[in-house]
Amino acid sequence: MTKLQKFKESYFLYSFKRDKVAIGSFLILVTLLMLAITAPWIAPMNPYDAENIDIMNSEIPPMWSEGGESVYPLGTDNMGRDMFSTMLYGLRTSMIIAGGAVLLQATLGILVGLTAGYFGGRTDAFLMRMADIQFSFPYLMVAIFIGAIFQVVFGIGSYERLAVPLLIVIIGLAEWPMYARTIRASVIGEVNKEYVEAARVIGLSRPTIMIRHVLPNSLTSVMVISTIQVANAVMSEAALSYLGLGMPVTTPSLGSLIRSGFEFIFSGSWWITVFPGIWLILFVLVINLLGDWLRDVLNPKLYKG
Amino acid sequence: MNSENTILSIKNVVKHFDISGGFLDQLTIKKGKICLEKVTVKAVNDVSLFVKKGETLRVVGESGCGKSTLARVVMGLYPLNSGEIYYNGNRIDNLTHAQMLPVRKKMQMIFQDPYASLNPRKTVQQTLEEPLRFHNPDMSNGEIDDKIDLVMEQVGVDQAWIKRYPHEFSGGQRQRISIARGLILDPEFIVADEPVSALDVSIQAQILNLMMKAGRERGLTYLFITHDLSVVRHISTRVAVMYLGTLCELAAAADLFANPRHPYTNALLSAIPKVGEKGAKHIKLKGEVPTPIHLPTGCVFHGRCVYADKRCSAEVPLLLEQKDGTFVACHAVEEGRPID
Amino acid sequence: MSHLLEVRDLEVKFALRFGDITAIDGASFKLDRGEKLGLVGESGAGKSVTGFSIINLISKPGYISKGKVLFEGKEISSYSDEQMRKIRGNSISMIFQDPMMTLNPVFTIGFQMVETIQAHRNISKAGAEKIALEKLKKVHIPSPEQRLSQYPHELSGGMRQRIIIAVSLLTDPAIIIADEPTTALDVTIQAEIMDLLQELCASDNMALILITHDLGVVSQVTEKIAVMYAGKIIEYGPTDQVVTYPVHPYTEGLIKSIPGNVVNPGEDLVQIPGMMPTLTNIPPGCAFNPRCYLRQAVCTKTTPELKDVGNSVMAACHMRYKGDGRTNQ
Repeated sequence: MTKLQKFKESYFLYSFKRDKVAIGSFLILVTLLMLAITAPWIAPMNPYDAENIDIMNSEIPPMWSEGGESVYPLGTDNMGRDMFSTMLYGLRTSMIIAGGAVLLQATLGILVGLTAGYFGGRTDAFLMRMADIQFSFPYLMVAIFIGAIFQVVFGIGSYERLAVPLLIVIIGLAEWPMYARTIRASVIGEVNKEYVEAARVIGLSRPTIMIRHVLPNSLTSVMVISTIQVANAVMSEAALSYLGLGMPVTTPSLGSLIRSGFEFIFSGSWWITVFPGIWLILFVLVINLLGDWLRDVLNPKLYKG
Repeated sequence: MNSENTILSIKNVVKHFDISGGFLDQLTIKKGKICLEKVTVKAVNDVSLFVKKGETLRVVGESGCGKSTLARVVMGLYPLNSGEIYYNGNRIDNLTHAQMLPVRKKMQMIFQDPYASLNPRKTVQQTLEEPLRFHNPDMSNGEIDDKIDLVMEQVGVDQAWIKRYPHEFSGGQRQRISIARGLILDPEFIVADEPVSALDVSIQAQILNLMMKAGRERGLTYLFITHDLSVVRHISTRVAVMYLGTLCELAAAADLFANPRHPYTNALLSAIPKVGEKGAKHIKLKGEVPTPIHLPTGCVFHGRCVYADKRCSAEVPLLLEQKDGTFVACHAVEEGRPID
Repeated sequence: MSHLLEVRDLEVKFALRFGDITAIDGASFKLDRGEKLGLVGESGAGKSVTGFSIINLISKPGYISKGKVLFEGKEISSYSDEQMRKIRGNSISMIFQDPMMTLNPVFTIGFQMVETIQAHRNISKAGAEKIALEKLKKVHIPSPEQRLSQYPHELSGGMRQRIIIAVSLLTDPAIIIADEPTTALDVTIQAEIMDLLQELCASDNMALILITHDLGVVSQVTEKIAVMYAGKIIEYGPTDQVVTYPVHPYTEGLIKSIPGNVVNPGEDLVQIPGMMPTLTNIPPGCAFNPRCYLRQAVCTKTTPELKDVGNSVMAACHMRYKGDGRTNQ
């Protein structure tokens, strides 16, 4: 039986096809992803390029409102950038940061969780207390702290250039204990199973058993929390940017767009805040809905064979 | 007890598990004082036995008697609290991981639960390949495939299924694959921990026959852990009866069934339901099975034994050799008190 | 004369995503007061589902598609939930394999027993406690007064199963259905529980349906036996007769495959080749035919019916119906 055929007959696909919410969320998510990836080609203008921006075009309302122009379907922001293009680019930036942060979280968390769960005893106690300590710091405090150190070391001038990796590190460091705890719990469950004993009887070394036998069986839970973590990371990034600790206004993410619009909301330019806000909510919502569905499907208690 | 014929001997093995948890869990208040209290499960207490080459030694006992722990201690899966284990005359319980490798090749284990003992994310081929590649790094792919084919044929698993995952098989087939993994390194000694107790009755016979056949063809020595006495009678050379972490009786299978000495063995044998024997008289034991956390003093069985006297509750009986070569740990037997 | 319990041509189906599967296919048996029936089979044979369907407790995708269950002449399989509740746990009690499934860990034994009695009878707390105590004594629990104030986790497995039996006795049922009551217990404890069940049946003239995979247990306790295979009863008759002179090749194989039963130590066990089909792909004809040493062409075409084969035994096997030349002593 080929892999494709197996997939076609799987419970996974079956439950997906029956769940309208999952299908809808999946379609929206794919569309958003495609838009973000292809932003440089499909966006009407490049909002990062100062040559395209004309301050005279600032705060043009959406095309269906009075004074709107069809060149700028969703209007322009206070700097004269096309909202639609900026949102596409902003989503792209948000996704890169969220993806990178989750990757970092997962790597750190899996490493710590696997070690803690497999070795147990003092190693376990030490690593998990570390995770607890990390969790007890609000990530905003961590962000301010790291941001301050960073600006001292590299200088404020290079901040714009290094904002993306910086945010990845900050959000990545703030949330790894989520992964560590999940992995540890699932590793502790797996380690006592007989197949691990069988691997020990063969004489395999501990690292080999951990990586080749225990880890693949713990990855299901990683998949489930990853969806939620991506959504969380997008939110964290938006929150940081909103507070001015994230992406600079020149290369905006969704959060910094919302922030820059907020200053003008009382002067009537609601679209600068509202459109990126909807954009953000839509993105986070579909990820969470998909994550919910995935958790139900992969729940080992419900899922057999 | 040690002779040329002995493949495995264990001496005064003790294995206790600390289940008291972390520091905070250990804190207790006693007589107004705060103190640390450790809770240990005394799984195996001072057990000595030996396995002769080519025999099938059965370890029988009820749940919680330490038989599975004993199996894992022999395989080096648990470190010992005290005691010694010898394999072919060489001590193996204090070896490093690397020193242990050549021994691992000769000792293999078959597990109880065929649903848990195979890695669900590995195909049959990957499962069988792993030990071969690990212990014989210079084996070619062709040789490995041949070996896998041969062993699969021996255990009766269709070679066309080699790319399948464990969840595609039934319990009996999984246990065959598990046995194949145990045999693939051509071991001489196999520890089997309740290999058929998770299977259906009609499948149990198939698996037992398969193991006996493999034993005959390969000259294997088995240490067979089980709670099912009807299985014991059928394939075993000698039987060791365990109760609460101690060895009560060690005898040739035929002798044990014909003439059980230890009062516990007696009760155990009378409790086996036999087909077609209606209303058989069970020996009724008094009291409850104590937990291995708080072991009784003296003979661990004295609280449930109808023959127990003062000495039994005070002094631990030694495993003594009887005239016919069986070993019994019982004061009543030692003193010749009447037991029926 | 009506029987205490009569199951007539019972068929239970499960509605699954690829269609209905038949879990029980036309099971019929009778039970009189004080009689003990053993339902034997391997996992997936349908023996537990049979037990559940008697008290109409089949979980959701499953439903009774055909047949009747008659209790004291009344058709209880058509009862509403409300009516059924008066029978269930009252006239018919059920005991499960895992005592912790029935006992609630956060309440004391006494509280749970009193609650059960008060659910079925209008009685004061003191009166209910008296009954509880009486039943605990009946199942030979040492120091029963003390047990009433204990929690389930404070007791051993054997003791818990005794408590469960005491609970099932609270309403003086006419039938107890015991689903693998001793599978989780050790042999010595199993023997004690079986002795207890037998004793209770004798003293209270209670009927027992013992569901188990263990032929040894069944043959010691019950008078009648029904052997199930792939959702069908394939042999039904007096226990002694069936275990000594099994008619159906499956029953025969089961009995012979028990170690130490037929062959001498050291010899190969008699084994039934292959395994029981899953309910989704039962072979045409006799479900046992691919594993059967007596198979003929007819076995792969027509499904054998449960017929009288003499000595009050019924069997479903084309090769073993009367007149095939095989003596059925």
